[in-house]
Amino acid sequence: MSPGDAAVQPLVKVDDIHTYYGKSHILHGVSLEVGKGEVVGLLGRNGVGKSTTLKAIMGLIHPSQGKVLFEGQSITHLPAHRLARLGIGYVPEDRRIFRLLSVTENLRTGLDRHGVSKARKTELLDKVYGYFPVLAERRNQAGGTLSGGEQQMLAIARAMMLEPKIILLDEPTEGLMPRMVAEIQRIIDVLNREEVAVLLVEQNVPLTLETSQRIYIIEKGLVRHHAMASELRVNDAVIHQYLGV
Amino acid sequence: MGIPIEQILIQTVNGVVTGMILALVASGLTLIFGIMDVVNFAHGELFMLGAYVGVIILAATGDFWIALVAATLVIALLGATIYLTTLRPLLGRDPLYTILATFGISLVLQNYALWQFGPVARKIEEPFTGQFTLFYLAYPWYRVVIALLSAAIIGALWLFLKFGTWGIWIRATMQDRVMAQAMGIPVPWVLTAVFAIGAGMAAASGVLFGPLVGVNHAMGVDWVLKAFIVVVVGGMGNLAGSIAAAIFISLLEAYASLWVSPAQAVIVSFIVLILTLLFRPTGLFAPTPK
Repeated sequence: MSPGDAAVQPLVKVDDIHTYYGKSHILHGVSLEVGKGEVVGLLGRNGVGKSTTLKAIMGLIHPSQGKVLFEGQSITHLPAHRLARLGIGYVPEDRRIFRLLSVTENLRTGLDRHGVSKARKTELLDKVYGYFPVLAERRNQAGGTLSGGEQQMLAIARAMMLEPKIILLDEPTEGLMPRMVAEIQRIIDVLNREEVAVLLVEQNVPLTLETSQRIYIIEKGLVRHHAMASELRVNDAVIHQYLGV
Repeated sequence: MGIPIEQILIQTVNGVVTGMILALVASGLTLIFGIMDVVNFAHGELFMLGAYVGVIILAATGDFWIALVAATLVIALLGATIYLTTLRPLLGRDPLYTILATFGISLVLQNYALWQFGPVARKIEEPFTGQFTLFYLAYPWYRVVIALLSAAIIGALWLFLKFGTWGIWIRATMQDRVMAQAMGIPVPWVLTAVFAIGAGMAAASGVLFGPLVGVNHAMGVDWVLKAFIVVVVGGMGNLAGSIAAAIFISLLEAYASLWVSPAQAVIVSFIVLILTLLFRPTGLFAPTPK
């Protein structure tokens, strides 16, 4: 797939969005696309607007200009809970596990929806417990008592309960030990195999290049570079220029 | 001190009975505070209006239990309306706005009741008048039933919060409103529902307590004051803490009135409140899982 292919029928299309946080202008016209079942990486230094882009797609921040399309429909001004039901899963940077809810209850926040049969619920739960056996072991434990890596898995598993078409992953490997990082990489591959699209924000450049099909590089609230992941190397000049790695 | 053991036991029963009603009022208040950080100063007026709706429906149907259920539903609906029209537009503003708004609502409701029903207290007849002998006292069964019913309502609330889908949504929203939204939980409806539940519980306590006191436009004031003390002592937003604090404070007041007049015994609650704020401002009782 070349960068142009996704444009035919993008799952998510972000079109020239501007956002403000108070008076500071965060996004200066970000545009990007994610195709169905595609893993797209979003790289950039801290504070350039990567997380803000994800929040704007999730409806947690409403852009003052520009629009966000999901399967061709404008979702720019829909509230987040409607977007979640449409099929957008969100795994925030700080994980935001419901600390006092048990593991199962955390999963139920996404699972107890209209139109999901009891059999389907069991099936979905069994599936994520299969992917994350450690969560099955701790299913009755409060979310806040899990380790950082386990909380990250729970955050991803929780988003999967929505049966999303895309998951927005914000720095999933931040602060995790290498074994957990490999685990996260494995789960991104699983999502990819199940044709769930992933928009991945990361600081870990090698992991992002390895798991993604396409890469956007953001600087100061704008997309500065767009390439196939296979065309980039960890020590490329563009990576140096925008990320200072 | 020469206080007979019978008196102490009688006061224990009294303390638990008042404590359970107080817990019912306070649990609605603490639930609303826990989920939206709104201190609902109109809670006492919802209690009072609940009692009046009970009076009206009791007069129309002659059935206390129908009156209890209907008053709960009517005031729950009123609570939802108050939330949608007055508090929802203020969401995210400084808490001062909601304090002023709910205080304003309480004044409006109180004076509406005075205008509509007049200053003379109404009476709700007890659904039954049986008594049993508690040492030298003829103790009304109705008081015991109120305590049990309050406990049952609180127990039902707990089960609902613990196991129901809406219960999980409410607890998730309490902990992280933004993430709850990102999980597809209809947060605006959850907030409305919590306000309605809190209001309905206030109304139920108003009807249950009606037979013990006269129903008048100012009856909410004392109760809400006490409920506030309970909510602070139990830890703001902490349901189990509020229940424990309600019983604890009511027992203390009941025991204190062995020595001083009941009017003076109220001072005990304020002493507990001041000591709590001085030494343990997060509440006497450890936070329970939300």
